[in-house]
Amino acid sequence: MTISLHSYLGLSAILFAIGVAGVLTRRNVIVVFMCIELMLNSVNLTLIAYSAFLGEITGQVLVFFVMAVAAAEAAVGLAIVIALFRNRQTVNIDEINILKW
Amino acid sequence: MAYQLVGYAVFLPLAGFLFNGLLGRALKSEKLVGWIGSATVGAGFVIACMIFFQMLGSPPGERSHIVAVFPWITAGSLSVGFSYQVDQLSVLMMLIVTGVGFLIHVYSIGYMHGDRGFWRFFTYMNLFIFAMLNLVMADNFLLLFLGWEGVGLCSYLLIGFWYEKKFEKGTTADAAKKAFIVNRVGDFGFLIGMFLIFETFGSLSFQSVFAQASMLPTGSSVIFWVTLALFFGATGKSAQIPLFVWLPDAMAGPTPVSALIHAATMVTAGVYMVARCSILFVLAPATMEIVAIVGAVTALFAASIGLVQNDIKKVLAYSTISQLGYMFLGLGVGAFAAGVFHVLTHAFFKALLFLASGAVIHALHEEQDIRKMGGLREHLPVTYRTFLIGAIAIAGIPPLAGFFSKDEILWRAFSSGHWALWLVGFAGAGLTAFYMFRLVSLTFDGERRWRADAHPHEASATMTVPLIILAMLSVIGGFVGIPASLGGGNSIEHWLEPVFERANDKLTLLPHSVEPAEYILMGLSVAIALGGIMLARSWYLRRKEIPERIEAQKPAWYMVLLNKYYVDEIYDAAIVTPTIKGSEVLLWKIIDVRVIDWLVNAVAKALAAVSRAARLVQTGVAQNYVFVFLLGVVAVLGWLIAK
Repeated sequence: MTISLHSYLGLSAILFAIGVAGVLTRRNVIVVFMCIELMLNSVNLTLIAYSAFLGEITGQVLVFFVMAVAAAEAAVGLAIVIALFRNRQTVNIDEINILKW
Repeated sequence: MAYQLVGYAVFLPLAGFLFNGLLGRALKSEKLVGWIGSATVGAGFVIACMIFFQMLGSPPGERSHIVAVFPWITAGSLSVGFSYQVDQLSVLMMLIVTGVGFLIHVYSIGYMHGDRGFWRFFTYMNLFIFAMLNLVMADNFLLLFLGWEGVGLCSYLLIGFWYEKKFEKGTTADAAKKAFIVNRVGDFGFLIGMFLIFETFGSLSFQSVFAQASMLPTGSSVIFWVTLALFFGATGKSAQIPLFVWLPDAMAGPTPVSALIHAATMVTAGVYMVARCSILFVLAPATMEIVAIVGAVTALFAASIGLVQNDIKKVLAYSTISQLGYMFLGLGVGAFAAGVFHVLTHAFFKALLFLASGAVIHALHEEQDIRKMGGLREHLPVTYRTFLIGAIAIAGIPPLAGFFSKDEILWRAFSSGHWALWLVGFAGAGLTAFYMFRLVSLTFDGERRWRADAHPHEASATMTVPLIILAMLSVIGGFVGIPASLGGGNSIEHWLEPVFERANDKLTLLPHSVEPAEYILMGLSVAIALGGIMLARSWYLRRKEIPERIEAQKPAWYMVLLNKYYVDEIYDAAIVTPTIKGSEVLLWKIIDVRVIDWLVNAVAKALAAVSRAARLVQTGVAQNYVFVFLLGVVAVLGWLIAK
């Protein structure tokens, strides 16, 4: 039996929603970061699903780009988190709020 | 084709200006700077001579040419280029500007020797020649205006050349500012005239405007306003009533500047412009009357002030204003050629008088007060003789240059029916002779009144040779315009005839008949000139108690003349002070502070107040931003779906 497109899209939407909820509610920067990755991967899933459904390679190619960017982003992001921790001894996002009025 | 060289004549002084301006300071060689400055002008003179002789050799109908050097502005129907009109009038002006200009440049090498701004002086002088040549050679109003403004700028720079030097109540920089601002008032008139011309004729080139104008009937109102505006411009540049006040102050500049710019060339620009636009002016008889009246009144008015001034250059300055008045009188009565003839002769003798006075000032270590001179004839023999020749020439004693040109103007004024103007000019001629010989007597004759340690001695050859050349020209310069009544051919009038042909067609001129009245008037003016000379000689040499008594008693007329009819004071009270006070009280303290500043501050304060509330959005918590971002995405998606 084949899995329908709807299932893929549904799973992807659920994953995306979990990611958004995580980004909005969690305090730990690492967790927020992981949630962002989750959102990216849910988008990847959508791309792949449509690519297979339409018999078109473009979506899959795009996924590689997204993964490459995500890897780079992870490297930069984690480096920022480490630098931040060294300076402030915290990764709690509520306490990192000096960029305001 | 010598005509094609005209571009070089104009642009060589510009090259000299750039060379001296950029390198002059580093060169530290007065010889190089001075001779390059002079050579560029001298080359212009050589080219002018070549053009002149080629013109002489061609038939009168083929003497006028237009030489286009390069296009300048093209916009819609307007097309203006650096094009030069080479014709009888402009080549004559070119000869005057480059010829007299060259002599004065050479003279300046001696006069400015040792000045720390030597290179700056020659830079400005070359720029002046460039601008002046553009003015007289232009074939359109805009290029003429470029030159017009350029000479005004150079005049400003050179009046304030010694910008730290005290002059009257302020410094020479104040005199320069006054000259510039008064000229701007006149320039405004010129601009209005130029706009009106473009509006009426759709072109700015002389050829097209004058060709169209000659089709118009006499006395149309637009031509009246055009010519009036142009003449107002001329009163500024040529120091006529009501805008003459800057010229006496312009004497603050170095003396060669007074000779070149404020006597021989720049101040005659107004005369040249009116002569060039002769066809426009004859179409407006009302303006012609105004020109003639302003000229005649200025001639007498300035001459009367010159009677009592004690600064040698001030006397010459008022004399210049007065002589310019004669030129305008000539133009106003339709004697365009006579007016231009007087420009020519005046350039010779007035440049000579100024340069000679410069030699006197130089010899007495910057002393300009004639009450502290006297008895200089043995010490400065060359200067004395040349000055005397200039004085006789300007006084109008035949056969020197001034007699022919001034008499031609006076005769034409009389013969065209303006006998009242003739009388004014005639009286002015007597005053001219008087003040010139008052100057000669007080400067060169009588007892010595200068400081014992002055040791005046004759200047170097670079200064005396130009004096001698100009003196010779002042003697023979008039012979180009000997009237028919004295058996001459009046060749200058015939030379200029094609230029003024259109204008003369419109004027109903009397035929050139020799009348006994002409001889009578000639005799009268020679008599009054001789009378003025004798009176001045007797008052200031033999019967000194008369002028001394006048000076001591201070009668009302003497004080009025000494204070120049209080014109400066009247302008101060009527225009300058109200402008300053009005600017201070109304424009500054009310409009600027209370309105403009208030508005600007109010805008800033309103922005600050709004921002103070709006900046609270920036919480600094990243998740708040993400939340707002998410709301935005939801809203956009919702809108897309609902659509």
